[in-house]
Amino acid sequence: MKILVAVKRAVDYNVKVRVKADYSGVETANVKMSMNPFDEIAVEEAIRLQEAGKVREIVAVSIGVSACQETLRTALAMGADRGILVEENEIELQPLAVAKILKSIVEREQPNLVILGKQSIDDDANQTGQMLAALLSWPQGTFASKVELGDYSVNVTREIDGGLETLTLNLPAVITTDLRLNEPRFVKLPNIMKAKKKVLEILKSTDLGVDITPRLMTLKVQEPPKRQAGIKVDTVAALVDKLHREAQVI
Amino acid sequence: MSILVIAEHDNIALKVETLNTITAAEQIGHDITVLVAGQGCYAVGESVLKIGSVSRVLVADAPHYARQLAENVSALILNIASDYTHILAPATANGKNILPRVAAMLDVAQISDIMRVESADTFVRPIYAGNVLATVKSKDPIKIITVRCTAFSAATIEGGLGSIESIIPVADLGISNFFSQQLTKSDRPELTAARVVVSGGRGMGKGENFKLLEDVADKLGAAIGASRAAVDAGFAPNDYQVGQTGKVVAPELYIAVGISGAIQHLAGMKDSKVIGAINNDEEAPIFQVADYGLVADLFVAMPELAKELDNLASR
Ligand SMILES: Cc1cc2nc3c(=O)[nH]c(=O)nc-3n(C[C@H](O)[C@H](O)[C@H](O)COP(=O)(O)OP(=O)(O)OC[C@H]3O[C@@H](n4cnc5c(N)ncnc54)[C@H](O)[C@@H]3O)c2cc1C
Ligand SMILES: Nc1ncnc2c1ncn2[C@@H]1O[C@H](COP(=O)(O)O)[C@@H](O)[C@H]1O
Repeated sequence: MKILVAVKRAVDYNVKVRVKADYSGVETANVKMSMNPFDEIAVEEAIRLQEAGKVREIVAVSIGVSACQETLRTALAMGADRGILVEENEIELQPLAVAKILKSIVEREQPNLVILGKQSIDDDANQTGQMLAALLSWPQGTFASKVELGDYSVNVTREIDGGLETLTLNLPAVITTDLRLNEPRFVKLPNIMKAKKKVLEILKSTDLGVDITPRLMTLKVQEPPKRQAGIKVDTVAALVDKLHREAQVI
Repeated sequence: MSILVIAEHDNIALKVETLNTITAAEQIGHDITVLVAGQGCYAVGESVLKIGSVSRVLVADAPHYARQLAENVSALILNIASDYTHILAPATANGKNILPRVAAMLDVAQISDIMRVESADTFVRPIYAGNVLATVKSKDPIKIITVRCTAFSAATIEGGLGSIESIIPVADLGISNFFSQQLTKSDRPELTAARVVVSGGRGMGKGENFKLLEDVADKLGAAIGASRAAVDAGFAPNDYQVGQTGKVVAPELYIAVGISGAIQHLAGMKDSKVIGAINNDEEAPIFQVADYGLVADLFVAMPELAKELDNLASR
């Protein structure tokens, strides 16, 4: 079997982002970038399936600026076999466009399974996996916390609002990862060296012939109103008193 | 404007998230249709009819909608989509699962998690864990939208004059099947609908200690929530997670216990009306958003809190 994993380069989750002075966007110059955390989980899951002897090849795909090569190298150092960068340095990529590009890569690579993160922590869209599944007419197992891969189907346990749900999906299928699926491994130095020798192919988005024009225009971005810090109380009794008398919520 | 709202329900009862979503729909336009897809769910449709702003209810009843699998429900929505300018669903696990699929099939964008309606094509939504609000304008002919329920009040259930009709299901695609489910059992109010939420973090130490939260929650009629660290450590089920990538809550009162206040957690609770925090580290970031902070060992403070609430009740 072959697995495709989608890895996005995103602002690191520890960074507190700032809005640009002209409200046109978020300051990303000189900001630490990392692989989207959910995508690390996606790569890890693919590797575990490979280690379990079920998977022949893992191909990591990233779409975006040339620096996404770093993200792909991280995926390769974790254990992916091959990388593909679909380079796009000009146009802002929105989930529908990413899904269309991924679809064309899927048609080329013919994987049995595509694993993506459930959500990018920058745009917080939570769309791309579902969109890709729709474009391919494949089933989807979103927000996965457990994956059991069979020969013709996959059982995916999903984190839903009331608990957990397990679905059986025909292969090929799309899966998106939730936090509890696994804990991604740390990359070891020798593997970083090895990853440098792995194949990383670079395609241009324009070569794929898909329409990636943004559909949403961002008119402005702002910081939300700041919540004022309140007061400290000294005792539990004082806390209850404040909640009762002042805030009147109990 | 002709708006389709996808109802959130469990085949038996309508979920309140539908009412919040209808309020968002009301801010877009006046012609509102609600789709109830499920199995044996006609009564849910009838309950939707009581909502004043709803002009039409469509019920699609079939065994393959019982679990609202994304593949089948999105095919159903696609079938009727051309009648509408907007399709809305609550930004619940279900809504997030289904709607992007519909959007891609229609070759349009989805606008996720809207917090405000500026006009019929312009919306405000959070990005970067809610640290930034983006105002976005859609150029697509059909707007596909998920709604952040805490940002919209619940539509009122009165004065309904609409009509209800059954629609023909689309054949089962047969590519996905429900296998099993494990729902978290609880007699407490639902996390996203509770008036009070008491949440525990890594500071709780172990799962059994959530009992300390339960004792307090019992007295307040509260739901229980958790940080990601507490869920990852197995102290609480996954559906208790509050935050950027968990549930978003905005109760009257949120009490954070042994939670540091990482931005990813704040993203899910900072719109609560009143925030209380108990943490033994006076530098914990949670105190920067808390209205009332108590620097204390939670193992001492929580039993005391339970006692004080008893005193308050008997006063
Ligand atoms: C992709 C991604 C998504 C994430 N999504 C979420 C999310 O949705 N929700 C979420 O919550 N987090 C999320 N996180 C994790 C987040 O970054 C934090 O790691 C997490 O919120 C920390 O949980 P915590 O506050 O319980 O633990 P900690 O940060 O370890 O804090 C524990 C607190 O307990 C206090 N404490 C310890 N003992 C006591 C005691 N005896 N009495 C009183 N206080 C005590 C400590 O002082 C400390 O402040 C996400 C992270 C990533 C990378
Ligand atoms: N530019 C990209 N390159 C590679 N994968 C992406 C890209 N954008 C989104 N994805 C994948 O889609 C998932 C969900 O992203 P989103 O829909 O933007 O929240 C991410 O976790 C990635 O796996």
